[in-house]
Amino acid sequence: MLQLAGKRLVQMALIMLTVSILLFLSFEADIGNLATKILGQYSTADQRMLWLEKNGYNEPLVMRYLQWAWNAMRGDFGESLQFATPVSKLLKDHLLNTAILGGLVFAITVSISLVLGVLSGIAEGSPRDRSITVLAVVTTSIPEFASATILVAIFVFWLDWLPGTSPFTNGLNWADANQLVLPVMVLVIYNFGYYTRMTRASMAEVMTSQYVRTAILKGLPYKRVIMRHALRNALIAPFTVMILQLNYLLSGVIVTEVFFSYKGFGKLLYQAATFNDIYVIEACAMVAVFIAVFSQFVSDIGYTLLNPRIRLS
Amino acid sequence: MTDTTAEETSTPEASSAGGRFLKAFALLSESRIGMLGLAIVVFWVTMAVIVDLLPLQDPLAQTRGAVNMAMMSEDKTGVMHWMGTDSKGRDILSRLLHGSRIVLFWSTIATVVAYSLGMLMGVTAGYRGGWWDEVISYIGNVLLAFPQIVLLLVILSAFGPTSTFGLWLKSTLGLDKTIVSGALIVVAITFSTAPQVARIVRGIVLDLKTRDYIAAAEVRGERPLRIMLVELLPNARGPLIVDACLRLGYVIITIALLGFLSLGLPPPDPDWGKMISEGREWGYFGLNMMLWPALAISSLVLGLNLLADGLREISLRD
Repeated sequence: MLQLAGKRLVQMALIMLTVSILLFLSFEADIGNLATKILGQYSTADQRMLWLEKNGYNEPLVMRYLQWAWNAMRGDFGESLQFATPVSKLLKDHLLNTAILGGLVFAITVSISLVLGVLSGIAEGSPRDRSITVLAVVTTSIPEFASATILVAIFVFWLDWLPGTSPFTNGLNWADANQLVLPVMVLVIYNFGYYTRMTRASMAEVMTSQYVRTAILKGLPYKRVIMRHALRNALIAPFTVMILQLNYLLSGVIVTEVFFSYKGFGKLLYQAATFNDIYVIEACAMVAVFIAVFSQFVSDIGYTLLNPRIRLS
Repeated sequence: MTDTTAEETSTPEASSAGGRFLKAFALLSESRIGMLGLAIVVFWVTMAVIVDLLPLQDPLAQTRGAVNMAMMSEDKTGVMHWMGTDSKGRDILSRLLHGSRIVLFWSTIATVVAYSLGMLMGVTAGYRGGWWDEVISYIGNVLLAFPQIVLLLVILSAFGPTSTFGLWLKSTLGLDKTIVSGALIVVAITFSTAPQVARIVRGIVLDLKTRDYIAAAEVRGERPLRIMLVELLPNARGPLIVDACLRLGYVIITIALLGFLSLGLPPPDPDWGKMISEGREWGYFGLNMMLWPALAISSLVLGLNLLADGLREISLRD
């Protein structure tokens, strides 16, 4: 167990290292271009030379990378060009907002899809199963920005129940909580289908296994077989997949945040990408990759802990 | 017999391409969902092909005094705008249908490129094993560690149309701006999609390479490249066709998404994603501009997903 965790940690570190080198090379290898981006395209050649000299950009590439990586590990990603604030402070605020949105979405999506997946998987091929499956296919076909458009048309322009953007200009507070309804709804709609299908597949597989059949034939009440015997084993695979899918959830969160002007991590990254705010892009990409790799680590370890067949061998 | 195995493995009645297609169609017609998906996909493909022949407005023509018109309204010159007009007075129906061509064109290219590279990576990793596998899987793991949109944003902001590299493509090579943007989108999508394809192909190949016909080919002394391309890939096609349908749907979403984030194809060409973001700027008055492309893209992707579902159903049956 510890050995596995150690091995995964090393792999994780290696991937982070590779990603950091790739990011550094793509954004900071060409220093002439970098100076133009930072000082603006109307700066003179002399100004750029001076700036590069002053900020240590004339050092060899390897030295600069090591310096950059060292700073990044301490959480110092430099200063945002667009907002003139330290990147770490921007990241902290925006990540918190995204964590709130993402956490809500994750909790709701998981609850809905576990219920639907189990309902569908215990009666494979039934009309209920088929309609849940079709519903799942339909909702996963509608990309976030399209479902957001349709929901805005219904709930904002037609019914006039909800606000169409979620800027939280007064900070996060309960009075404005209705601003969260649409973004959460959009993300839940797009994501629950996949989770439901995973749960369904796993449940259907468990239902055909020997021990469930034995339990039913033994005369145990059906409900009890499902709750005590089938569910526990059926939920291992979906659980790990759901954590693995945080990566995809994060992609969707970015789009939704941009659509609803929600001040989260995705909006920050998008603004940085359109403004060419390279230090922010680098920091955001590193954080996103870290979240993705770390969730994979948690998922691997979680699977091992939950699955007795692997844990005990 | 040193000839190919493609003919050996296929059944006689399905040897011609047309025969095989008819057989697949007959099988698919048993799945109602699959047929519905096929119908939607065929509708959009037909639109993309024949859109020039339809009696539509010019998708780029702006009519004076006819901006943000509602559905089914006539402008002063007596032209009917079935889906209304956008904020620049352009006919939305015409833009929508012309958009299908752009969406399908670029998404097909991106899918084909990503798929070819991914299959090559996957079959090499799976068949060759050893160092090949280690290196290819590692590259895949690094690229898949990025959430997809983050990877696209990073690639397009470091090497996109407005970067030094993009400007170089435009000025030095003298390429058209639409071509440059499109090509960069294809490259970005390839980076994010090929590793996923490679992972699937690798899994299938690991299973296939233990089969007898591969051993037979090895004994015959066929070269590894030939074994990979002629023996392994054609026999992996079943699950890959289903996956390709789903993948094309994702690529369509991704291209529209890039358009929505204004990182896609340059204006004024109609691109569904960009049409949505243009409408969004107008709030209530842009509703018409946003809703139609949103429905169009959802229906196209839904069609592909239903088709994939139908194909999966029939492939599980036999």
